[in-house]
Amino acid sequence: MKQRTAWGFLAPVTVYLALFYAYPLYRNLDLSLRDYTVRSFVQGDAPFTGLANYRKVLADPTFAPALLHTAVFTAVCLVFQYAIGLALAVFFDQNFRLSATLRALFLVPWLLPLIVSASTWSWMLNTESGIVNAGLHAVGVGQVNWLTSPSWSLTSVIIANIWIGVPFNLVVLHSGLQSIPPSLYEAAAIDGANAWQRFWRVTFPLLRPVSAITLLLGLIYTLKVFDIIWIMTKGGPADSSTTFATWSYQLGFGNLLPAFGPGAAVGNLLVIAALVFGLVYVRAQRKQALS
Amino acid sequence: MNRNRRRTRLKTAIGVLLTAIMLFPVYWMLNVSLTRDQDMRKSPPDLLPLHGTLSGYRAVLDEQLPYLGTSFVIGLGTVVLTVVLSAPAGYALAKLRPRGGGILGFVLLAAQMIPGIIMAMGFYAIYLQLGLLQSVPGLIVADSTLSVPFGVLIFTAFMSGIPGELLQAARTDGAGPMRTFWSIVLPISRNAVVTVSLFAFLWSWSDFVFASTLVNGGGHEPITLGIYHYIGNNNQQWNAIMATAVVASLPAAAILVLAQRYVAAGVTAGAVKD
Repeated sequence: MKQRTAWGFLAPVTVYLALFYAYPLYRNLDLSLRDYTVRSFVQGDAPFTGLANYRKVLADPTFAPALLHTAVFTAVCLVFQYAIGLALAVFFDQNFRLSATLRALFLVPWLLPLIVSASTWSWMLNTESGIVNAGLHAVGVGQVNWLTSPSWSLTSVIIANIWIGVPFNLVVLHSGLQSIPPSLYEAAAIDGANAWQRFWRVTFPLLRPVSAITLLLGLIYTLKVFDIIWIMTKGGPADSSTTFATWSYQLGFGNLLPAFGPGAAVGNLLVIAALVFGLVYVRAQRKQALS
Repeated sequence: MNRNRRRTRLKTAIGVLLTAIMLFPVYWMLNVSLTRDQDMRKSPPDLLPLHGTLSGYRAVLDEQLPYLGTSFVIGLGTVVLTVVLSAPAGYALAKLRPRGGGILGFVLLAAQMIPGIIMAMGFYAIYLQLGLLQSVPGLIVADSTLSVPFGVLIFTAFMSGIPGELLQAARTDGAGPMRTFWSIVLPISRNAVVTVSLFAFLWSWSDFVFASTLVNGGGHEPITLGIYHYIGNNNQQWNAIMATAVVASLPAAAILVLAQRYVAAGVTAGAVKD
């Protein structure tokens, strides 16, 4: 009886998950195993081609750069977001006037629609009229073609994405800092530890579980970043900022003649990567819950 | 004492400076939105909108209002759908101990890890067959996939904190599970409802992936696509583009001002609790 009541309350969400998660995922898998054209898409008679799309994708000249860019983008964003977020969290953990208000203002970049952040950064990084180049000019650095040169496009989208991700790291790490008992700092101070030592010997080790979760969530989120890159550079110029996420979109929706099969195949590779890291996340959480 | 006070003042000053650096792009968006066309390509650009113009905002009013309206309707629809689905589920997972609840929790966690672009492709395939492309309900359903797992998570975490005696007392008074949920659990969970609604609205308002794949080119495009088309067709009038961006940011700003603590609670709960 009680079981039936419980599942009565869970029924809507279960049906929802089946219809709007499992089924689209299944359709995506199906897409990646067939040879689709726009016409066969509607009529549903695309021939089954097994792993041909995956083979095609793996042999594609875009594969290696996309893999490299995804790895670089994810790693660099993660390191900077975490380091900046942690430094700010430690700073704003101190007691001073306006501390809480300023910390709240830091959430703004995280709350803005990505199209807004991306287009603002696009204009700031504009070669001739952007404020960034104007600033660099003032200190004697020559013009940088942020978005239009293949050697800078990836850096540009990384900068924008770091800016967006810092607030999340700040807020989560700050809440982690607050669970560290102040008595530990007092004891360390009595033992003669300076601020630097207190950070490395007390704060950092005690923050490890929270840090692990923050980094893993950051990893999963960064892996799927699409909007920022697509809006700022469309993955270009010449694939120089293409990641798996933008490549998948490019194949499926970016051309006049869509390649749904290969697009879905790239997407599924991304799902596998996300789920692998997701499992790591779940295991880390379970371990944290036990300890 | 005096030295101490000077030191906190210094910290406040550094804090203000760091915040100013972080929020510079937001200021810049505001500044550019007020800049005259003829000053747009000036080098170096003006740091203050000294020759301010509202022509960018006039362009927003002329061209973007329908997009804003669509976004608003889609946002409200997503909020309703998310709360209706996730509040009962959170109640069941937190208080009714269903067999298999752990697996469901795991599935919800995994669901949050699927990249939006993958979901978009699956939805595209399905909607194409059902004729749901370019429809508002279709986009509401797609957008809700961003917020439903998060909603269940928040409701479960929140409702776990409701004392069991309270529910026991309701049962003794003869209330069935439906009534207990409706007249006791839900009113107590007001804060969780607010948090989930805020995020559901914000995420659907900000969505670009689903919008650009599922309703592109139709009559029901949200503001994110409005801005995107505006940049594509018209990369000269940056004051109008940035004015649109400012207007599109207003819900985020309002939410931050009115409901700051819910936002912070949502960010941390989403990350740390399970």
